[in-house]
Amino acid sequence: MFGAQVTALSPPSVDYTAMLPVLIVLGAAAVGVLLEAFVPRHLRWSVQVTVSLVALAGAGIALGAYVPGAPAQGVTTMVDTLAIDAPALFLWGTLLALSFVALLFIAERTVEPGGAFVSQAALRGAAGAGGSVSTREPETTGGRDGAAPADGARGMQTEIFPLTLFALGGMMTFVAANDLLTMFIALEVLSLPLYLMCGLARRRRLLSQESAVKYFLLGAFASAFFLYGLALLYGYAGSVRLGDIATAAAGSDRSDTLLFAGFGLLVVGLLFKGSVGPFHAWTPDVYQGAPTSVTGFMAACTKVAAFGAMLRVLYVGFEGVSWEWRGILWAVAIVSMAVGAVLGLTQRDVKRMIAYSSIAHAGFLVIGVMTLSDSGLAATMFYLLAYGFTTLAAFAVVSLVRDADGEATDLSSWAGLAKRSPLIAGVFTFLLLALAGIPLTSGFVGKFVVFSAALGEGLAPLVVLALVFSAVAAFYYLRVVVVMYFSEPAAGGASVTVPGAFTTVTIAAGTIVTLLLGIYPGFALEWAGAGGFAF
Amino acid sequence: MIASSWLLVALPALGALVLLAGGKRTDGWGHLLGCATVIASFAYALALFTTLLGRQAADRSAEAHLFSWIPVGELQVDIALLIDPLSVTFALLITGVGAVIHVYSLGYMGDDPERRKFFAYMNLFVAAMLVLVLGNGFVSLYLGWEGVGLASYLLIGFWQYKPSAATAAKKAFVMNRVGDIGLAVAIFLMWKHIGGTSYAEVFAGIGDVPTDVALVIALLLLLGACGKSGQVPLQAWLPDAMEGPTPVSALIHAATMVTAGVYLIARANPIYNVTPTGQLVVTIIGAVTLLVGAIIGCAYDDIKKVLAYSTVSQIGYMMLAVGLGPFGYALAIMHLLTHGFFKAGLFLGAGSVMHGMNDEVDMRKFGGLYRKMPITFVTFGLGYLALIGFPFLSGYYSKDAIIDAAFGQGGWQGWVFGGAALLGAGITAFYMTRLMVLTFFGKQRWAELTDSEGREFHPHESGPVMTVPMMLLAVGSVGAGYFFVQGERLVHWLTPSLGELEHGAEPVLGHGTVVAATMTAVALGVVLAVLLVARPETPVERPARVSAVVQAARADLYGNALNEALFARPGIWLSRALVYVDNRGVDGVVNGLAAGLGGGSGRLRRLQTGFVRSYALSMLAGAGVLLGLLLMVRFV
Repeated sequence: MFGAQVTALSPPSVDYTAMLPVLIVLGAAAVGVLLEAFVPRHLRWSVQVTVSLVALAGAGIALGAYVPGAPAQGVTTMVDTLAIDAPALFLWGTLLALSFVALLFIAERTVEPGGAFVSQAALRGAAGAGGSVSTREPETTGGRDGAAPADGARGMQTEIFPLTLFALGGMMTFVAANDLLTMFIALEVLSLPLYLMCGLARRRRLLSQESAVKYFLLGAFASAFFLYGLALLYGYAGSVRLGDIATAAAGSDRSDTLLFAGFGLLVVGLLFKGSVGPFHAWTPDVYQGAPTSVTGFMAACTKVAAFGAMLRVLYVGFEGVSWEWRGILWAVAIVSMAVGAVLGLTQRDVKRMIAYSSIAHAGFLVIGVMTLSDSGLAATMFYLLAYGFTTLAAFAVVSLVRDADGEATDLSSWAGLAKRSPLIAGVFTFLLLALAGIPLTSGFVGKFVVFSAALGEGLAPLVVLALVFSAVAAFYYLRVVVVMYFSEPAAGGASVTVPGAFTTVTIAAGTIVTLLLGIYPGFALEWAGAGGFAF
Repeated sequence: MIASSWLLVALPALGALVLLAGGKRTDGWGHLLGCATVIASFAYALALFTTLLGRQAADRSAEAHLFSWIPVGELQVDIALLIDPLSVTFALLITGVGAVIHVYSLGYMGDDPERRKFFAYMNLFVAAMLVLVLGNGFVSLYLGWEGVGLASYLLIGFWQYKPSAATAAKKAFVMNRVGDIGLAVAIFLMWKHIGGTSYAEVFAGIGDVPTDVALVIALLLLLGACGKSGQVPLQAWLPDAMEGPTPVSALIHAATMVTAGVYLIARANPIYNVTPTGQLVVTIIGAVTLLVGAIIGCAYDDIKKVLAYSTVSQIGYMMLAVGLGPFGYALAIMHLLTHGFFKAGLFLGAGSVMHGMNDEVDMRKFGGLYRKMPITFVTFGLGYLALIGFPFLSGYYSKDAIIDAAFGQGGWQGWVFGGAALLGAGITAFYMTRLMVLTFFGKQRWAELTDSEGREFHPHESGPVMTVPMMLLAVGSVGAGYFFVQGERLVHWLTPSLGELEHGAEPVLGHGTVVAATMTAVALGVVLAVLLVARPETPVERPARVSAVVQAARADLYGNALNEALFARPGIWLSRALVYVDNRGVDGVVNGLAAGLGGGSGRLRRLQTGFVRSYALSMLAGAGVLLGLLLMVRFV
């Protein structure tokens, strides 16, 4: 394993079989860019969708073929920059499955005629500059009545597919990165496409662009923290490899200031990506402004990637000095749960509400990350899988509830929805119950395993707080249920658009997985618990 | 037989699924399917019961493993059913009373446009309740616990167009969550200290756990039980829950779900056996609750609320009993079963009265109904007599045994708890007699009144689909107690689940004295009620057996006033004060908490300005604090 470093001239060994899923995804992304250049406009959508889905399925098959024969303690490859071990494989599987479902959601063209993405505001009303959250762009040219689209104006921006694949490739590298430099590059590869994707909404473009700019500025700010932390840690350990940092921390006489300052800055960058309070400020605005399918992709996959990387950094690099930083993460977890649970109470917008819910969930996940035990690792990864599918399906449902202005995300227009669309209201209720952690949903099992692991490590006060905050959060999930079932339908309220096949699959898959992991989580928990990190 | 016992749960669950997923297509026959699944489940439970009866006592406990639910690391949670005398007894109660109430609902909910949904939720409830009692560990109990909470929430809020119903549903849900946190933390603690959550593992390992941990577990379980069973200080949601349709009150908020707390503590008896302090707290909670419930019960005019507080009070008796130790477990279960019969019967009777009286619940508008509703009167009357402990009816055997056992504690505990239980019996007789007199006797006050929509009252007897279930439950109210006590049947039957039962310490009062004292307290309660409530008009119909006492009391006006000053006035003040505390204090805390969180949320929300610069600043501040703390932890 260490041969590559010692013999400087020998070419690095690359374990292509192990890396195949990442290579397929990134390769398909590159192919997607070429397709954008050479395929005629009217064919692009179908070609891009096919290529992306085939690539994801292929990557899944490659992963499935590799996992049964994978070495138990994992392998490191590419001069030790990538560690393909049991957690990485599980997270890859999670990311691929979530992306496959999210991609279907992104590809939907019937709910929003022509698809949800455009690169530039069409024509009218595009002059407005600046703008705040409340600004609403008037609807662009009337697509609802099926008027013939101007050339390209009504078509979908199909770059979204390669962008999604690039982001996914970045995420997969992020969770497997064995040194901080690779991790930083992966962070940028996953972030840049996301910034772009946030700004592509067909409706309420100013809101969408505002969110993209905010996400970009704050993301760049967070990246700078990460990078500065990386530099300090390099100064401390003389290496960017996580294993070397752990070794240095265990027996170095250099100033600990470098180590802890570097660690703190690094963690801030990671917490930002995971939308953990108090680094969550971007989350509600971006979740609300981005096209809903992109929000779904971000909420599910970015969370997996951020927490996957956080797990690796803390378990591999900083386990030895856990006594010093655990207290900090206590505070972070409490702030995140409190912010998510309490601020969610007063939200009137369903997308913002789910954003605050994701902040609260991030707090629960931090508790799982802090355990530093095998069962905590398995539990946290299971939680990520469960939460990803639930939240993705929830956003898919949100995209269906529409009025003349597009999606009707204000809670008041959801009043009495159950009377008009009992099925959708029922599905959404189920998903909210899963977010609240009611038994027979994956949310319950996830919370149960995370909290049991935390108790096993002496985090009892945190677990009690977490239970209290999940009870508080249950209150606002319940309020949506009450509004849907117990309120009189508002005049001119929203109605549920019949979903196309793609969104139907997204919702069905998310709901079924939520139920399945609630009733029979055994197989996923077993896989999640298959082994620890390699280093 | 036992291997396929999952059918017990699956049948009602299937019914709920078909009714909910089938939508309007099942409107025509859905309610019949709902009844059929519960009746089939009851038949299965009966068959299971006879199977167990056919075995030796030692072999009456069996597990049916279904599948492995949550396997992570050392934590293994299996879904398995525990079939033993205790769980089968509950299964019989749930499916039996459930089936009777389902049939009654055919009549009661016959005209409701949402009838299908009602039966779906009821089936859901039965399935969840069966999971609760049949599961083989605390996690499956928790699963059922949440399930019945959900079904109860849906059913309390069933008439969602009434804002009070929606509020009551929310209140029930939130207050139950408070209790659920206790249960959840208790389960986590079990796993941490014992390494397992199934009953077998926990009970085998509880002896090796430090005493203080066992006490904490016991108290947390008790918190869960208090939430679900409406015990002080979490009792306030239960009376509000009467906003649901009456069959719901009968099944969920009288006979089954609210007794889940008692089941929990009886089932967890090995935990309480090792913590005498835990047992004592259970007993205290039970004693306080039985008095609080009974006293507040005197103050309401709403027939269902009186019955609801009566339920609170009677569950207090059961809690008292389970706190008394080994012999008390069986007594609690016996009272739970007899209470299941007579309280369900009383609620169905109240429903029948309301059905005939344009859904009026104010007892002051009733009066003299015994002529108009003879069957309701007789069945309700039998339930009433059973509840106050009239000799040789069900309640006599079960409640008096608890009072007897409370005195049997010995020492100050015997006097305090026995006294509380005795006093409770007197007050119970008082408020129930008041309810009877106001509803069925006296002047027909409704004749000169109209309901809130201006219609006249035309009370009438309900149809056979409603009266037959009432009669069945009345049979239980009359005979169940005798049946259970005969040859200590129930105690022997439950021995495999609850352990060998033994009697407590030297009683402070002899058995005969206790029976006499109880009878006196009950008689006093009845007399007082008749004297206070039936004035100024002389009641046309007066219970013959007490007339001599009544006349004797009437002869002494001063004594009567003294009675009033000594008992009634303080009683009224006390109940007013308690109602006040209940409304302002407990509700105030609940509402205040909600308002506080909302207000805090509103203020905090202003931090979310929408400006990138302030977001970046907040991140910088967060990072600064984080770094500062890290370095502080390191170097200070």
